Parts: sequence; structure tokens; C-alpha cells
Amino acid sequence: MLKLTNISKRWEGFTLKDITLTVGKGDYFILLGPSGAGKSVLLEVIAGLIAPDGGDITLNDANITHLKIQERDIGLVFQDLALFPHLNVHHNIGYPLYRKGYKSREVNRRVVELAQELGISHLLKRFPPTLSGGEQQRVALARTLALNPSLLLLDEPLSSLDVERKVEIRRLLRDLNRKGQTIVHVTHDYEEAIALGNRIAIINNGAIEQIGSPQEVFGKPTSSFVAGFGGVRNFFKISISKSEDSKFMKARVNENLSFYLQSDDEGNGYAMIPENEIVITHDKPGTETLNTFPGTVIDIYPHRFGCEVVVDIGEKIFAIMASTQLQAIHASIGSKVWVSFQENSTIFIKSS
Amino acid sequence: MKKSAINLSFAFLGGLVLLFIVAPLLGMVFSTPLSTLFSTAQETEVQQSIWLTIWISMASTLVFSILAIPLAYLLARYSFPLKNMVLGIIDLPIVIPHSAAGIALLGFISRDTVIGKAAGAFGFNLIGSPVAIALAMAFVSIPFLINAAREGFASVPVRLEKAALNLGASPARVFFTISLPLAWRSIVTGLVMMFARGMSEFGAVVIVAYHPMVAPVLIFDRFNAFGLKYARPAALLFILVSLVVFITIRLLAVKRKKDA
Repeated sequence: MLKLTNISKRWEGFTLKDITLTVGKGDYFILLGPSGAGKSVLLEVIAGLIAPDGGDITLNDANITHLKIQERDIGLVFQDLALFPHLNVHHNIGYPLYRKGYKSREVNRRVVELAQELGISHLLKRFPPTLSGGEQQRVALARTLALNPSLLLLDEPLSSLDVERKVEIRRLLRDLNRKGQTIVHVTHDYEEAIALGNRIAIINNGAIEQIGSPQEVFGKPTSSFVAGFGGVRNFFKISISKSEDSKFMKARVNENLSFYLQSDDEGNGYAMIPENEIVITHDKPGTETLNTFPGTVIDIYPHRFGCEVVVDIGEKIFAIMASTQLQAIHASIGSKVWVSFQENSTIFIKSS
Repeated sequence: MKKSAINLSFAFLGGLVLLFIVAPLLGMVFSTPLSTLFSTAQETEVQQSIWLTIWISMASTLVFSILAIPLAYLLARYSFPLKNMVLGIIDLPIVIPHSAAGIALLGFISRDTVIGKAAGAFGFNLIGSPVAIALAMAFVSIPFLINAAREGFASVPVRLEKAALNLGASPARVFFTISLPLAWRSIVTGLVMMFARGMSEFGAVVIVAYHPMVAPVLIFDRFNAFGLKYARPAALLFILVSLVVFITIRLLAVKRKKDA
């Protein structure tokens, strides 16, 4: 359906580098990345608002790289929605229909239809500045859907909404996608990505880091950046080899740190250790695990499940502890503690 | 407002400025008997002169707005080499003496110029014609329209225009349905300013067309020939008519925008 091949663009102090990706018909494709990663620029390149310096964009097998914005059959809902403040909701939604040669009566019928679909029939005579964030979002969506675009691009559509409205609009977007609408959705919110996308591309610093299903991307991240986005804090690039002194494999992180893990594979890859599998004790723990390391607490943050403790064991390692547990071991910043985790708690992802 | 010493002194100084503007006008009002004002208003020469001033200035504003508004849009949206020079050229009529502007214009439309000869070929003499008056009015007043419209267009978010393009509108439709309506308030201000400035122009107009007499020339003519007492009622009448016209235009324009 949509295919980007080696798209590059130098734009206001940053660069999109060789972006190549494919969005299938009916996909809900998420472009996930932090602010300033280049997500919105990429979206505007796809929509034709910004011309790429290099590369090709194909939509439904037609090369649209140099096609005019208004001829692309791509609808874009801007992050700031860009509703026309001087037109009422009815005229905002009807705006794209006049070009398509609709007669006045047909425009009215279509506008009413879309308004009903999006639950904004009661707002048709209102002007955008008088609407709430959620209402504006629906109007912007209705206006873009009036185009009946092959591809719907959404730039951070939920970022300015409160939690209740977010749930509403998420449901709406999911329904739209189920009805067959192909969507490319830009966000910096991991939960939003997981909740909506069937395919995810992680973008950072103008380049795609990883593409796949949410399970593939967050189950097998290929960089600490992607792992971090998925909420995995303990992510290490490792090389593993058979251990002479144990049934477990030995994973080498660097000169200072090696640990044991359960794996049938050897070679290079990544290790993820869930934060809640890390145990911090005051004294050296018993011998139930080979993975015990002395370390120094370097930071403690409040966390919704208690505290997040950062310990330096040659690499930073993150653990989640209940506040009472933390008090019991008298840990504070600078304390000497012991860190341990089970060999089978580590997830190994082999490099492809 | 806080009653600090500095604010009080600013208010006092500001008051002096307002007095400076209002006092001569009020003086003129109080020293003109109502009966004289009425009899002046009934003079055909005065009526024709005021009517001539209004319609020529209005026609000049409307005709030149067709050229000025697109230029204002280009200046607001695009950067190009020598843009600052273009902006400087646009402001030129404001800074040069208007009699000098009249002389320049005269050199441009007199019978021995290309334009003058072309008009002459159709049996038309530009000098002393309403066209010459319109040109003189436009020459000195067009910067007000261009600058106001440029600011108006600059205040329209480019994003809205991009959104309209994305919704399938052609660039022309984007201009007429998004950019122009959203910059409308500033454009109206510019139009009113251009119209007002054109109506009140004396220096450039008197050089290209003493006759037919526009109101400022008529006032000068009466002052020159008969003195202050005779010129004053015509001046007051012209001021009153101008005020009524401007207030009406503004109210109509703002109302139209609200209804749209």
C-alpha cells in the first residue's frame, strides 16, 4: 500500500536518514519515537507538505514522491488539528467535499453522515474555538475522513486529551481501522502504541531503529533505545558462551561485568532483565543463584509500585522495590548493597 | 492603573497630545455657526466636490486593491532576493513630500509621455481628469493597504493553508477560502486607511488635477481666494462627511465578517 524507500530530508537542523518502510492495506501502523525524532516531518513528507531530498514514496503501486499535496489521496490530521476557525463545524467537515464535485445537497448528506458516525451531530453549527479538545479532535477526524483517503495520517492525535477523551478517541480510531481504514499514527507514547498498533516502527534521531509487530519490537528489542521505550531498563548487549563451571551460559557485558543465564544459543545478542526480578539485599545472599554482585546505590526514585533503585555493579542496574523493603535494608544513595537475580529470569535475544 | 508618579506624568503628557489633536478641530466646530454649515452643504460646488472625492478615492482603492492584495500575500509568505528593497519601495510614498510625488506622477502621465500619448490617441487627456486624481490618491495611499494586508496574511498560520491543500483544495481555493477571510480584518483596516488617506490627499492631487476640484483642493481654493472664514465651513463639512463614511464602512465590514 504505502512504501517509503530511502527517504532522506535535511530539515531545520536535523536529518531524516534513509527511511525505508512498508505499510500494508488495513494496517494500523505506529511511528513511535521521542520528541524531535523526526516523526512529524516524516508524516509531512508522506503527505507532500515537505518535499524529500531523496528517496521514493509509493502509494498503491503509484509513485507519488513528486505529486501535488492535493492529488495524493492521503488525509492528514495535524497535531494542532488546524481546524479553520472562521468556518463552523459543518463547513469544516464539508470543506474537502466541494472539490470532489459534490452538490450542496450531497455535501450536507455526507457531512451529517460523518457527524453521526463521530458523534458530533450536535456541534455542526458551532465554531472550532468554542469546542473542547475531544470535540475538536473528532471534527478534525471527520473533516479528513470526508476526503475518503486511502491512507489516514495522524500526528499525535491523543497528546492534548485528558484520560477519558483518550479512551474515547482510541476506541474511535480502532473502529475506523477495523472498518478497513489504513492508518499511520505518530506518537511518543508507548502505551498508545501498544494499545492501537498492529505494526510499530521505532524512530530515533531521524532514523528507523526497528520495525515489526508490537510483540516483536518490545519482546525482542534490538537496541537499548527500543528496550527503553518498552519500559525495559536493564538491557545489555552481550556475547554468550558455554560456561566451564556451570550448567548455565556465561554472558559477557564488558570487562567488568559478566553474569549467567539460561539459553540454548551462543553468540552475540541482547539480554533483558525485568526490573522486578532484581533483588537488592544488605548482606550477600545465599548460594541459590550465581548472579550476585556487590554494588553502590546511585539513585532512588519514587515509582508507582514503591521505589526504583539504581545500583552501579559495573553497569547501571535498575530494580523495583517496595518502600518498606528499601527501609528494611537501610538503603540510601551511596549505600553498599548486593544485587542478585536468577539465571532463568534473563531473556536472551539473539542478534539477527 | 497604578497611580504612580510616572503613570500620572505619562497621562498628563498623553492628555496634551490628545488636546493638540482635538482642540483645533473643536475650535473649528465652535467657530462655525450651524446656519453657515447648512448653507455650505447646500452649495452644488461643495456637494459635487465631496461626492467626487469620495467616489474617486473609493474607486482608486478598489482598483488598486486588486494589485495590492496579491502583492501583500506574496510579501507575507515568501522570502526572495531584494525583499527588503521591495518593502522599502512600498514605503517610499509615505516618506517623500506629496507635492514631489505629484510632480513625479505628472511627469509620468503628461501628454508627452508614452502613457499620455496613448491616452491622447483615444482622445483622452489624463491631466486634470478623475483618472489622474485616482492615480495621485493611490500613489500616496497604497502603502497603507499593502502593509496592513501583509501583516494580516502573515498572521494566518501557514498550517491552515497546508491543511486546506491536504484536504484537496487548489492553491487558489486556499487563498480565497482560508487566507483571505482570515486576513480580512487587517485588509479592511488597510482598505479604510487607503481610502481615508486618498480622500484627504491634497499635495499630489493639486499638481495633477486642480480641476475637477476634490474637497481638499476646494478648501484650499476657498482659503486662498476668500480667506479662513469662507474655507472653514467647507472644511468642517468635509470632516463630518468623512467621519460618517469611515464609521459606516468599518461597521459594515466588521458586521459582514461576523456574519460570514
